[in-house]
Amino acid sequence: MRFLIAAFLAFGLGTPALAKDGVTDFKLDNGLEVVVIEDHRAPVVVHMLWYRAGAADEEPGVSGIAHFLEHLLFKATDTMEAGELSRVVAENGGSDNAFTSQDYTAYFQRVAADRLGLMMQMEADRMRNLRLTEDDIVTERNVILEERAQRTDSDPGALFHEQMNAAAYLNHPYGTPIIGWRHEAAKLSRADALAFYERFYAPNNAILIVAGDVTPDEVRALAQEYYGPLKPTPGLTERERRAEPPQLAERRVRFEDPRVSQPYVYRQYAAPERDPGAQEQAAALVYLAEILGGSGATSVLGRALQFDNPIAVYAGAAYGSVMLDDTEFSLVVYPKQGVSLAEAEAALDEQIAKFLETGIDPEQFERIKFQIRADQIYAQDSAMSRAQRYGRALTAGLTIDDVQAWPDILQAVTPEQVMQAARQIFDDRRSVTGWLVPEGGEEMK
Amino acid sequence: MMRFFYAFVTLLIVTFPARAEIAIQEITTPTGINAWLVEEHSLPFTALEIRFQGGTSLDRPGKRGAVNFMVGLLEEGAGEMDARGFAEARESLAASFRFGAYGDAITVSAQFLSENRAEAMQLLHSALTEPRFDDSAIERVRAQIMSHLASRATDPNAIAGETWDRMAYGDHPYGSYRVGTPDSVAALTRDDLVSAFKDALALDRIYVAAVGDITADELSQLLDELFDGLPATGAPLPPRAEFALSGGTTVVPFDTPQSVTMFGHIGIARDDPDFFAAFVLNEVLGGRGSNSRLMQEVREKRGLTYGVGTFLANADLSDTIMGHFSSQNGTMGDAIEVVRNEWAKMAAEGITQEELTAAQTYLTGSYPLRFDGNANIANILASMQMEGLPVDYIATRNDQVMAVTLEDTTRVAKRLYDPDALHFVVVGQPEGVVSN
Repeated sequence: MRFLIAAFLAFGLGTPALAKDGVTDFKLDNGLEVVVIEDHRAPVVVHMLWYRAGAADEEPGVSGIAHFLEHLLFKATDTMEAGELSRVVAENGGSDNAFTSQDYTAYFQRVAADRLGLMMQMEADRMRNLRLTEDDIVTERNVILEERAQRTDSDPGALFHEQMNAAAYLNHPYGTPIIGWRHEAAKLSRADALAFYERFYAPNNAILIVAGDVTPDEVRALAQEYYGPLKPTPGLTERERRAEPPQLAERRVRFEDPRVSQPYVYRQYAAPERDPGAQEQAAALVYLAEILGGSGATSVLGRALQFDNPIAVYAGAAYGSVMLDDTEFSLVVYPKQGVSLAEAEAALDEQIAKFLETGIDPEQFERIKFQIRADQIYAQDSAMSRAQRYGRALTAGLTIDDVQAWPDILQAVTPEQVMQAARQIFDDRRSVTGWLVPEGGEEMK
Repeated sequence: MMRFFYAFVTLLIVTFPARAEIAIQEITTPTGINAWLVEEHSLPFTALEIRFQGGTSLDRPGKRGAVNFMVGLLEEGAGEMDARGFAEARESLAASFRFGAYGDAITVSAQFLSENRAEAMQLLHSALTEPRFDDSAIERVRAQIMSHLASRATDPNAIAGETWDRMAYGDHPYGSYRVGTPDSVAALTRDDLVSAFKDALALDRIYVAAVGDITADELSQLLDELFDGLPATGAPLPPRAEFALSGGTTVVPFDTPQSVTMFGHIGIARDDPDFFAAFVLNEVLGGRGSNSRLMQEVREKRGLTYGVGTFLANADLSDTIMGHFSSQNGTMGDAIEVVRNEWAKMAAEGITQEELTAAQTYLTGSYPLRFDGNANIANILASMQMEGLPVDYIATRNDQVMAVTLEDTTRVAKRLYDPDALHFVVVGQPEGVVSN
C-alpha cells in the first residue's frame, strides 16, 4: 500500500513559501524540511542532509560520538555494503563527504544534476537502516584516533584552543571538543553509536538542502519518493543543553608546548549568537569584528598594533554569528619577536579601552557596509556555500525568513548599535585570556 | 557605435556530455595580450585570473625568498597610496585581489563588481606596475614572513616537505622552500625586491582568464590598460630540475605523537603519450575519495591513518609521483609496509578491468563538475593555458581518458611504479623505522 499512501501524502505538502533569490522551501508530512536553491549556470547539484544533532547534543561521557557516528554512516546498511555509497557516488563522477560541528552533522554529495534521485535513495537508506558490526567499530575508532592525533594532538595551537574552550564553558557542552576527549573517544562503543543514531537520525530531525540545476517540483517529487516513506521519531523534544551559569570571574589559561614557535595572546568574551527573529545584536557584532580586526591595514587593531606602533605581526578579531547557543567574540595578537605577551596583552587592552572612548570612523563604517553588501553578490557564485549557509542557520535554530532577512538587517546596522554591542561584551569578568608559549616561555601574571 | 578597441575573438563552444556547454572566447588585445573569456552575465561581477610564469623559481642566487617577499608587498602601497590608502581604496570598491607566489608562477586572482570595474582595475594596475616598496611596509611584511618561517621550524609537515625537496633537487630552486630561510629573508634589501619585481612580472610570460559580467571588447580594453607599463621580457627561467633521490627511507627525528611521511619517486611528463594511463593508475592507487586501494588498505581495513593520497606532481621543471599520510608513531612502520607492498603490486600486476572502468567513469563524470562558479572556471582556464593545452582540450579530455586500455595500464604501471626507487621521508619518532 505504500504507493497509494505516498500519492495521498503528496496532497499534504502545503503551499511552498514564495521563492526569493531562487530559494523555495517546504516540508514533508514526516517532518523533513526541504530547501531548494536554484542555480542553473552548470548542470550540477549539491545534495545535503543536515541533522539537528551535533557534538553538543551528546550525553556526558561519550564525547566524540556524534563525529564517530558520522564516520560510521559510510558503513553497511540493509541494502548497501560498507563503502558502497561513496563508491557509487564516485562511479557517477561525484564527490561526497560529511562534517560534524557542535550543532549539526551534515552529509553531502556533489553530482551531475540528473543523478539526484540516486543520491536521495542512498541518503534516505542510511538515515534509518544502518547495520554496524563490532569490526567496523574497532577499525573506525582507530581512524578517529588517528584523526585526533593529526588535527589536534600534533598541533599545539589546536590543543591550546581545546583548553581555552574548556575554560570558557563550565557547564555547557560547547566546552567539550567535537572530536572528543581522547580517553572517551578511545572507548566509544557500538551501543553508544546506535543510541545517538536512533535518537537523532530521523526525518523530523533533519533538513534536506538541494542546490543547483534543479526545480522545486523535481526536488519535491524525488524527496517524496525517497524520503517520504521514512517514519519520524516520535517525542523528539526541543534541544535544550545544560545551560552555562553566569560567568562571574575572569579566567586565564597559559598553555606551554615545545612545538610553539610563534607565541600569541588570545582573548574571548561570551557573546550572543543570532536568535530567530532577533538578529540585530549579532549583526552589530559582525561589524564590530570587522571594525576591530577585519583587515590589517584599516582595522582598529591592525592600524594600531601593526602600523602606528608596530608591536605585532598580526592582530585580529573574530565572531561566528551562527550557533544554537551563546558563543564567543575573540581577539588575537601575535607579537613581533622581542615583544612579550604581557606587552601585547596590555596594548590590546589599551586599544579596546581607547576604541570604547573614541568610537567608530564613519568612513571605515561605510566601507565595511558596502563590502558586506557586495559579499552577498560574490556569495552567489558557489551553490555549495549557499547550501551551507542555509544548513548552518537552520540547524542553529534560525528560520528561512531569518536567513533571508539577514542581508537587510546587516545593512540597517548603525555605528551607535555597534558601540552599544561593544560596551556590552567587553567585560573582563566574562572573558577568558589565553597565552600560547614555548617550553619555558613567559610566565603569566 | 564607434569602438576604439578591437579584439580578435574566436569563439569555441565546448559541450559536455550532460547538456552543459561553456562558451570560451579566445581574445587577442590590440597590444597582443592573449586571454580566454567566458561571459556570464547572471551575476554583476567578474573573476579575473592572471598568472606570471616563473614565480619563486626566478629568485636570484643567494636571494631565496625575494620573489615571495616582493609579491607580499604589491598590496602594501602603490603610486600615490601608502599601504593604508591602498587598502582603503580597495575596500571602498569591495574588490578583492589575492596575490600568490608559487614555484612556477605568481598568481593574481581578482574579483570586482561591474558597477565600479574601471576604478578597481585602475587600482590593480597601480599594484602591478608601480608598487612602492616603502621601508615601513618592507619591515612589516618581513616580520610576518619571519614569524611564518619560525612556525614551520616546528611543523612536521613542513620539515618533511623541505627535507624531501632538498634531497630531491639540491641547489635548484625546487630544492628549497620558496619563502626562503630566516637568514636569506633577513638579508634581503629593497634593491633585491625591486630586482625580483622586474624579473618576475613581465608581459612575455603572462596568462589570463576572465569569467563573468564582461564582454570581449570590454575585457580587451581592460587588459591593455591593466598591463600598460609592464616590461616586455622578464628574467630567463631556470633549467629543468634533476631528481636526485633514490630508493630508501629517511627519518628526521621530531618529538610528536604522530609521524608524518612524504614519499614518491620520478614521475611522467604531462605531454607524454602515456600520461593518461598514468593518471588513471594514480586514481586507482591513491586518488581522491575513500575508494582508492591505499585508502582501503591503510585506513578502511587497518585503521592506520586518517587519510592517505597520492598524486602526479607535474611542475614546469620536474615530474614526480608522490604521496603522503600521517600515522601514530607505533603504527607508522606497518603503514609504510602496506604502501610499499601496494606499490610493488601495482608495478607487477597493474590494475583490473573493473578498476579501470570505475576510474574512467569517475574521472570522466567528475570533469564537468569542476566548471562550477566564475572563480573556479577562471582558475581552470588559466591553468590550462599554462600547461599549453588548447581550448578544445575540454571537449577531448574525456575521450583521452576513455581511450586508455587495460594493456596500456599494465605496461605503464611497470614503467611508472618502481618499488626499489620509492623513497619515504618520515618526520617523528616512528617505532622500528630507520634511515637507509
